[in-house]
Amino acid sequence: MTIIKTTYNRRSFLKVSTAAGGGLVLGFNWLTSCTPTPEEVLAMPEEWFRVNAFLKIGDNGMVTILSPNPEIGQNVKTSMPMVVAEELDVDWDMVIVEQAPLDTDAFTRQVAGGSQSIRQGWQSLRMAGATARQLLLAAAAQQWQVPVSELTTDQGVIQHVASGKTIGYGEVASLAATLAVPEEVPLKDPKDFKIIGTSRKNVDGKKIATGEPLFGLDYHKDGMLIAMIVHAPAFGMKIKSLDDLAAKSMPGIRDVFVINTNPERDERMMQTFAFPDMVAVVGNSTWEVMQAKKKLVVEWESASPQESSALHDERLEQLLTERKPEPDRKDGNPDAAFASAVKIVERSYSAPFLAHNPMEPMNFFADVQTDKAELVGPIQTPQSMRKMVADLTGLAEEQISVMMTRQGGGFGRRLYGHFGVEAALISQQVKAPVKLIYTREDDMTYGTYRPAYKVVYRAGLDADNNLVAFHVKGAGTHGSPIFANRFPAGAVDHYLAESFTKPSNISTGAWRAPRSNFIAFAEQSFLDELAEVAGKDPIALRLELFDRAAAAPVGETNDYDPERYAGVLKLVREKSGWGQDMPGVHRGVSAYFCHNTYVAQVVDVVMTNDKPVVQKVWCAVDCGIVVNPDAARNQIEGGIVDGLGHGLFSAMTFEEGRPKHSNFNTYRLIRHAEAPKAIEVFFMDNGLDPTGLGEPSLPPIMAAFANALKKATGERLTNQPFVQETDVLG
Amino acid sequence: MANFDLRINGERVQVDVDPDTPVLWVLRDALQLVGTKYGCGVGQCGACTIHLDGVATRSCLLPVSAIGNQRITTIEGLSEKGNHPVQQAWIEHDVPQCGYCQAGQIMSAAALLEKNSNPSDAEIDLAMNGNLCRCGTYLRVKAAIKTAAGK
Repeated sequence: MTIIKTTYNRRSFLKVSTAAGGGLVLGFNWLTSCTPTPEEVLAMPEEWFRVNAFLKIGDNGMVTILSPNPEIGQNVKTSMPMVVAEELDVDWDMVIVEQAPLDTDAFTRQVAGGSQSIRQGWQSLRMAGATARQLLLAAAAQQWQVPVSELTTDQGVIQHVASGKTIGYGEVASLAATLAVPEEVPLKDPKDFKIIGTSRKNVDGKKIATGEPLFGLDYHKDGMLIAMIVHAPAFGMKIKSLDDLAAKSMPGIRDVFVINTNPERDERMMQTFAFPDMVAVVGNSTWEVMQAKKKLVVEWESASPQESSALHDERLEQLLTERKPEPDRKDGNPDAAFASAVKIVERSYSAPFLAHNPMEPMNFFADVQTDKAELVGPIQTPQSMRKMVADLTGLAEEQISVMMTRQGGGFGRRLYGHFGVEAALISQQVKAPVKLIYTREDDMTYGTYRPAYKVVYRAGLDADNNLVAFHVKGAGTHGSPIFANRFPAGAVDHYLAESFTKPSNISTGAWRAPRSNFIAFAEQSFLDELAEVAGKDPIALRLELFDRAAAAPVGETNDYDPERYAGVLKLVREKSGWGQDMPGVHRGVSAYFCHNTYVAQVVDVVMTNDKPVVQKVWCAVDCGIVVNPDAARNQIEGGIVDGLGHGLFSAMTFEEGRPKHSNFNTYRLIRHAEAPKAIEVFFMDNGLDPTGLGEPSLPPIMAAFANALKKATGERLTNQPFVQETDVLG
Repeated sequence: MANFDLRINGERVQVDVDPDTPVLWVLRDALQLVGTKYGCGVGQCGACTIHLDGVATRSCLLPVSAIGNQRITTIEGLSEKGNHPVQQAWIEHDVPQCGYCQAGQIMSAAALLEKNSNPSDAEIDLAMNGNLCRCGTYLRVKAAIKTAAGK
């Protein structure tokens, strides 16, 4: 058992218990309850008592837990409440989960990003449950006139062993809700966990399978109008003139006007508001607005030079010929080490821009009035969206409510809430509630794309095939993909990392596992080449380097734990039977650490009709305690399919500032038949605090595939997407 | 605008819309049946899959004027209590991540099993290849279809 001070985030507990007074909470809204099933209605308590910001307890013992963070498919709406329920010590079947709105007084970091929801929420979620449990115990102690220390709990029931008395949480909830929050609370020993570490179904699973309204695009409010935007056809253009006469006369159209989301043309905001001015079309229904959009006559003019992918390529090539006076990191004397190396291996790798393409296109609901605004929709960063809306509408942040719907994918795209700002400006203009909807084309051509990257690796070996010098140089449009302190930094005496970036007026941003999604492919492909030249087994080479980094690390800023890193490699080596002779099966390995989690993968490729087929992916993961194992496996599987698909097939290119793909007919995504035939996931069981899970399985997969493909075909593929580099993928 | 008398999920429904309006938007905007999803509008992603006389059909390209007397089934009408074997298998395998494409996946899978009660892996791939899942739940979709096939 651990004792935890409740001072951290104490404000939320105090504030809510004060505000709630007796703690009675009534009513449900559209998003949080949808339609309760008949079973749920029967079980509904007559009164709810809010014990703290995270939870309320019904008089019949039902518990409602608010899930604070946005749900984008990473399943936090199930796993975060599981952590609360664990410490509260209730039966999971008695728990109803609701999505919390943005509430900065009650919750910290209501963000879906960086795979951090569970890791950074871990303490506060546990404390929320533990604090509530302690209040319920205190209430029972008061009622029975016995010391709290004589009471225990089990699945929502408080017991006094000495007298044999028991009482349900629901019966003491009203009293508990009035008690002062204790100064410190005990936390469970992880070995006593009953919910954490057991697989629980997605709390929205049935609603998803039956098509209930859950997503932003499904949101409806009476009197709501539909809005769409027309943005410039190319990055770097602005409106010259607008003829909206024909569009305005189309059936069902209410208004057409120009909105400006960056009136000051603030350069710093251009990465988010890449199209500061756009035309808004508002009408009664989606189809009518879509038709009116086609009737708009807009003339565009240049605001800044329109860039093409060929130009980006040239710029990155040029940057990589340069030498950085102040490198990101330099250990030893790399120049001298390369000069005396017996063998030198060099290889460059590249990857294109990528669109996020969540299946649910960008959308948001806004109802902006003179003294308040209501925003509802899919957003990974509700707090920063509210700030932007406040800035541009002139309302105070306190006047703006934000409710997060379930989100049809995020992948980083919904970190950039300009669409919420656009919805708010449109609503303010038409003085009506509005749901802004992007068409797929709007979504794909107004991206915050994964930047295009190029990187060059160079390694020097001595006469005994030891790695003595390592040099990585990377460039991006824009933003460098280099993490200078990641592996193999720390494992090589002479190390040099250099970063270059070239700005662009094409908006770029975080795309699932930013930078790692490319650099892991390059680094782990390169290590395979190095192993080949050194005549070493690729896992043995990596383990040798981790041993070095553990025993005598070079430098003091290495941001990985070599033993945990080696641990996942050893686990995947054992589970996959690495080294066994498997006729017809070509194997590749890769390992990467990001978002605080270690992942190692072995890919088995078989050639079927001269085409490579991924027969199986073996995946070892060290993410500490796994809250919800089956859902965690789902995340790992998804990251593998996602990483493989984009590395094989996907690319966004530009011609004179125009995105060349605008829908799935030419922008290729991985489909059913192309997915690996099997994925098996193995979690390290080490009892450490949980780390990220939504992103870490994606980065290593393309290197593992490339390394397997090299064995299968002899071809070393280095430029993504692979389908453009080889005919073998068809 | 014109009046259409439609048969949706076993009921007769009247709508007054532009005859070119795709069934997808009739369902979503005029009838508030929002389980059928908009994903691409060009028949490439399958999120909008419905059954037209039992056949899996993309509703985003299908004008309402082309329906006539054909029966439309949406995810809301696939089963009365959300207990179609495919829906149950989806819950059992905890298939969804974000969940947005899953109504379309389920509708395609249900139509497949209606025609072929024991599909092979290759037949599943073929029938499901038009349904994109950006989260990459393809392996679970396949596993769930196999579970449902046994029922």
